[in-house]
Amino acid sequence: MSDGGEARRTRVIRTDYLARVEGEGAMYVRLDGREVAEVKLRIYEPPRFFEALLRGRAFTEAPDITARICGICPVAYQMSAVRAMEDACGVAIDAGPLRDLRRLLYCGEWIESHSLHVYMLHAPDFLGYAGAVEMARDHREIVEQGLRMKKAGNALMALVGGREVHPINVRVGGFYRAPTRAELRTLVDPLERARETALATVRWAATLEFPEVRRAPELLALSEPGLYPIDLGRIVSDRGLDIAPAEFDAHVVEEHVEHSNALHARIRERGTYLTGPLARYALASAQLRPLAREAAREAGLGPVCDNPFQSIVVRAVELVQACDEALALIDGYVEPDAPAVDVIPRRGVGHGATEAPRGLLYHRYEIDDEGTILDARIVPPTSQNQLAIEEDLRAVVEASVDLPDEQLSLRCEQTIRNHDPCISCATHFLKLTVDRG
Amino acid sequence: MSRQTLAVWKFASCDGCQLSLLDCEDELLLLAERVEIANFVEASSAIVEMPTHPYDISIVEGSITTAHDAERIREVRRNSRVLITIGACATAGGIQALRNFADVEDFTAIVYASPDYISTLRTSTPISAHVPVDFELNGCPIDKRQLLEVIGAHLAGRRPRVRAHSVCVECKRRGTVCVMVAHGTPGLGPVTHAGCGAICPSYDRGCYGCYGPMETPNTEALSARMAQLGCEEIDLVRVYRTFNAGASAFQRASEAHEAHGVDGGGA
Repeated sequence: MSDGGEARRTRVIRTDYLARVEGEGAMYVRLDGREVAEVKLRIYEPPRFFEALLRGRAFTEAPDITARICGICPVAYQMSAVRAMEDACGVAIDAGPLRDLRRLLYCGEWIESHSLHVYMLHAPDFLGYAGAVEMARDHREIVEQGLRMKKAGNALMALVGGREVHPINVRVGGFYRAPTRAELRTLVDPLERARETALATVRWAATLEFPEVRRAPELLALSEPGLYPIDLGRIVSDRGLDIAPAEFDAHVVEEHVEHSNALHARIRERGTYLTGPLARYALASAQLRPLAREAAREAGLGPVCDNPFQSIVVRAVELVQACDEALALIDGYVEPDAPAVDVIPRRGVGHGATEAPRGLLYHRYEIDDEGTILDARIVPPTSQNQLAIEEDLRAVVEASVDLPDEQLSLRCEQTIRNHDPCISCATHFLKLTVDRG
Repeated sequence: MSRQTLAVWKFASCDGCQLSLLDCEDELLLLAERVEIANFVEASSAIVEMPTHPYDISIVEGSITTAHDAERIREVRRNSRVLITIGACATAGGIQALRNFADVEDFTAIVYASPDYISTLRTSTPISAHVPVDFELNGCPIDKRQLLEVIGAHLAGRRPRVRAHSVCVECKRRGTVCVMVAHGTPGLGPVTHAGCGAICPSYDRGCYGCYGPMETPNTEALSARMAQLGCEEIDLVRVYRTFNAGASAFQRASEAHEAHGVDGGGA
């Protein structure tokens, strides 16, 4: 590919099998001289066709089936599914102990997933290790504290959900069995310790060295007055979008591109947007619990964090939030009269949107009078973030063009990991190569 | 003195079973001291590409759904002394094996606007349909204690203590009231492979068979009982046709109920 002209030399940076992300993806970046000619985040995780295989199933089966899209964030799938099915059937669980339990379970998933990402997937980038196990040889106490916090999240999921991966206790209408107050109290000690660890994590993450990058994609998250967004709310953005989940389809389009088994989502009127911790923090930092807000302030975060490399600090702040909120929910828990409310199927369409650890997860179902699923649409966070990630890559490569290939490649991979992509989810979803050929 | 090597491979799956290894918060670093983790892409970018000796143990998650993956699993087998499959995808094809009962072109057209961009096989098949497998660990997801037992046993060169009896036995052991007998809740406990620890009944839920069929399951007798409890043919098709739809005992049961439903026959 050499044409002899130094100025127009083509350079390719590629990683065929991205490590420390969930699922199978690759990166490809091609430079002509100093200009970035092409950027692709390619998702080659094989498709599993969930939207098709859901057709003909019972509406009650959606939470268990869609959980299997992702072993890292099954609760997100279960929560978006139950909300969509309840919406279709004219039921809303917007307050009371069943909602509190859902939020509590979701906090467990945030703690587990963010601990995994911060300590095992993202931290090695900053400290220069291949992975957490390698990092533990020099920084054992750091890895161990991450693992302990992760364990507390898992213990919460196992108690409320029945198990850590693919919990069994979630159903349309509520739960199969509501935990007792006494059972939940067993979680107080580990969660208090996890909250201390989360605070230490914010302080530690704030000392890391961040490349100087500023990004300003449209930011999109759920919004509910008075609460940091997790399990329900309207869908809002920093550029004026403010819609009910039922209007998502009208405002967000998904496109199928050749290089990916993931569909790319964009806002119809404007294009690329970002969802996840950076978006939630920018749109709702005022709703953080005081402890988390104070931790963010001490870490030097303003009301908006526009450097994606600092997402590790924001995730740590969300760890404080999730631990603190879980403790508050346990403290205020009143055992419900019944573990679930009746949900009677009827012909209709339902929508559900919740905040998976890595961003907004939207479900839409059409069911018939018997509750049989006629049509399903699932838009995972990583499909929504894929364009924003590619644009980050372009900006980072342009700013770092003088780095040698190996360092540039690592910088690119880190750029992708900034957004904690879940490729299993996005397939219908990722692969990264840099081409300077 | 050289440590044995462990490699983790992913095919079509949700990542949940390999996550179970990272979920061993108390044991992970100890395990990493005892074995060299030579390939685990989800956890590390350090990859021993072409080992000069085969990996001592390969852990395989996921099912085979593309021609490329069918080739890749043969390469993994060639480079592995012991190959262990983990989870319902790798041992039975997973939830994505529901395509085996439908037309995959219809499936592709439902999900993707440009089906031509997608390359996929008509079926989702377990690893054992492609290469010899030394040990299969059931579950959707697997149980992490069982995973540690299986890895530990292979490192020590002994047989893993993994029982092949039903979930019912686990329920009795933990003293959980039978939800089918006491509450009339239908469930697959009597025909489902043990290993989960009988979680669902302890949450007042019927077993939904995520560990797949046990040894010699009597699905006919169970189906008859579930019909008495109010399950219709379509319910019975669905209950056997989930995460282990491609496991032969469950596949036969779902197909029998489907044929029965179409014939309009009643029990």
